[in-house]
Amino acid sequence: MTVLIVISIYLALLLGLGLFSGKQSRGTSKDYFVASHSIGPFLLLMSVFGTTMTAFALVGSTGKAFERGIGVYGLMASISGLVHVICFFAIGIRLWSYGMKHGFVTQIQFFRSRFDSNAIGYVLFPILVGLVIPYLLIGVIGAGKTILPVTAGAFPEAFPNANPLWTGGIPPWLSGLGICIIVLAYVFAGGSRGAAWANTFQTLVFMAMGVVAFTLIVKALGGVEQASKVPITVNENGLLVQNYGIVEQEDGSSKVEKLATPLVRGKIRDADPSLAGYQPHLGRKVLEMDYKARTPGSGELVDQSRELGVPPWMFLTYLFIPLSVGMFPHLFQHWLTARSANTFKLTLIAHPICIMVVWVPCVLIGAWATGLVPPGVPPAAVLSKMMADLVSNQVLTGLLTAGVLAAIMSSLDSQFLCLGTMFTNDIVLHKVGQDRFTDKQTIWIARGFIIGIVALTYVLSLWAANKNVFDLAVWCFSGFAMLTPLVFAALYWKRATTAGAFASIIVGTLTWIVFFVLAGGSEYTVGPGIMPVTFCVLASTVAMIVVSLATKPPSEATLNKFFG
Amino acid sequence: MHPTHSMKKLLTGTAIAMLILHQDFWLWDNTNLVFGFMPVGLVYHACFSMAVAILAVLAITFAWPHELIEWATTKDEGAGTDGKAKLKDNQYKIR
Repeated sequence: MTVLIVISIYLALLLGLGLFSGKQSRGTSKDYFVASHSIGPFLLLMSVFGTTMTAFALVGSTGKAFERGIGVYGLMASISGLVHVICFFAIGIRLWSYGMKHGFVTQIQFFRSRFDSNAIGYVLFPILVGLVIPYLLIGVIGAGKTILPVTAGAFPEAFPNANPLWTGGIPPWLSGLGICIIVLAYVFAGGSRGAAWANTFQTLVFMAMGVVAFTLIVKALGGVEQASKVPITVNENGLLVQNYGIVEQEDGSSKVEKLATPLVRGKIRDADPSLAGYQPHLGRKVLEMDYKARTPGSGELVDQSRELGVPPWMFLTYLFIPLSVGMFPHLFQHWLTARSANTFKLTLIAHPICIMVVWVPCVLIGAWATGLVPPGVPPAAVLSKMMADLVSNQVLTGLLTAGVLAAIMSSLDSQFLCLGTMFTNDIVLHKVGQDRFTDKQTIWIARGFIIGIVALTYVLSLWAANKNVFDLAVWCFSGFAMLTPLVFAALYWKRATTAGAFASIIVGTLTWIVFFVLAGGSEYTVGPGIMPVTFCVLASTVAMIVVSLATKPPSEATLNKFFG
Repeated sequence: MHPTHSMKKLLTGTAIAMLILHQDFWLWDNTNLVFGFMPVGLVYHACFSMAVAILAVLAITFAWPHELIEWATTKDEGAGTDGKAKLKDNQYKIR
């Protein structure tokens, strides 16, 4: 119950901040959508970092490291740092200059002008919305999975659960609803200024809480050196054993101790004797693990298998996924509307460092958790379970959970707002004329659309409640990455034509849909571990080049406008 | 400092070299610990993240697109007082 009270206080504070920022608003649509271009370097860094690091960063990274080990950091974090910085530099600054010169606010405005086509906006809009929705789902599902374990036991009669570990915990449908309402409330009131302030506050909270969580978990594990001995180990028979366990002390606290008899948790398929003593989660060697896990519905024990480590082809082709930042609508809007080009400098330098500060502890916690948590625990629940099991202080557990929620909500707000901005400006006002509605009416159109998107996201989150948030994020990011050749061509290739742009969007999207359907939205690789995003990016790039070269070049007026 | 062509090439080359260095296949099976607790594969990539930040500092110092920014902030014919061009086909309400 104490955990729940702490989380509630945090959410109330956040709501208060959002409502206060709404009071600072000038009441204009310009202020609501782009905070009157007042976002400076620090707010931009916090906003960019906060929105790109959703449940994916804290909950997802811990969960994925629990599954595959420390290779997850190189797979997603360090390569993201590099690719993001390249994209911010190569795409962001150039877009800012076009936004400054020609008055663009959303990416659809830019593409309509660059490719001299209204239709491209109507084709892009549903694709962008369709891709943002999984991003939103990651947050809502992640929030539900975070709150359930830490509130377990609070309301045993009201919320029974098939899994006895989580009986009485707040169910995901209720926590998801609460999170949606709170984010909606402060976006509703404060617009982009409210979102930027809330993002900054929440990003600071989740970074600080990440460090606190790490420190407390390390302390509970008996120090960093002791912690590194905890991960699950292969024994001489090829069995995966946990040598340590959480033992309850007489005073009610918990302590991690070496077990007299190691606990067998699974088996390495086709294990050879040289693996004896190997800790798979501290390296990247690819192994197949068989284990038993309880099904979420009935609680029945069933056979499962999982790949440990990271296949080299997967590691290589994952580098296409962070290209997604080039086409995220909310980042695109930041690039176009930043106060000045200098605003980008802090983000360029600090973004990879911030990624490191958040991801390294989470990946370590995920790897260590393999030695204490049963392998069948859903990956998204690993961080919460470690906190609940090892940090017995309820107030601290509540604060740490608030930190995870901060990471989640700081992504949701910008996405909601950005979709509202695009719908209002690129669809409604574009169709009926810029002067058809008053400023207030314009804001209400955006709010109405945002409510619709929040409702849709919530309903979908109930349907996709058991999806792996990391896998969902990868599909979402792959979709945006598939569109990135479009923006590169628009910015750097004079010969890129309207037909080439359409071909790139359509071919890339169809390729993505084919792989998504084949995978059923779960993790999927081709051949030796090649990520589907590789084929999506290549297909959209080839389509852009071939069709552009086969069609009439852009007009002189367009070229002069964009290439001087 | 205005970027020179060779400096831009050097930084582009460094970025490509870093993309290659990211593939640390030589550390794949290595579970050795650095400082007694950090797996060596994780230390390598944490250092990689710091190297990216240094690359960003170099790019800002030696390859900042001053000309592009100057072009963007130069008033065109018919520009407003804030320096933003007033182009008829994309003059947006919320700008």
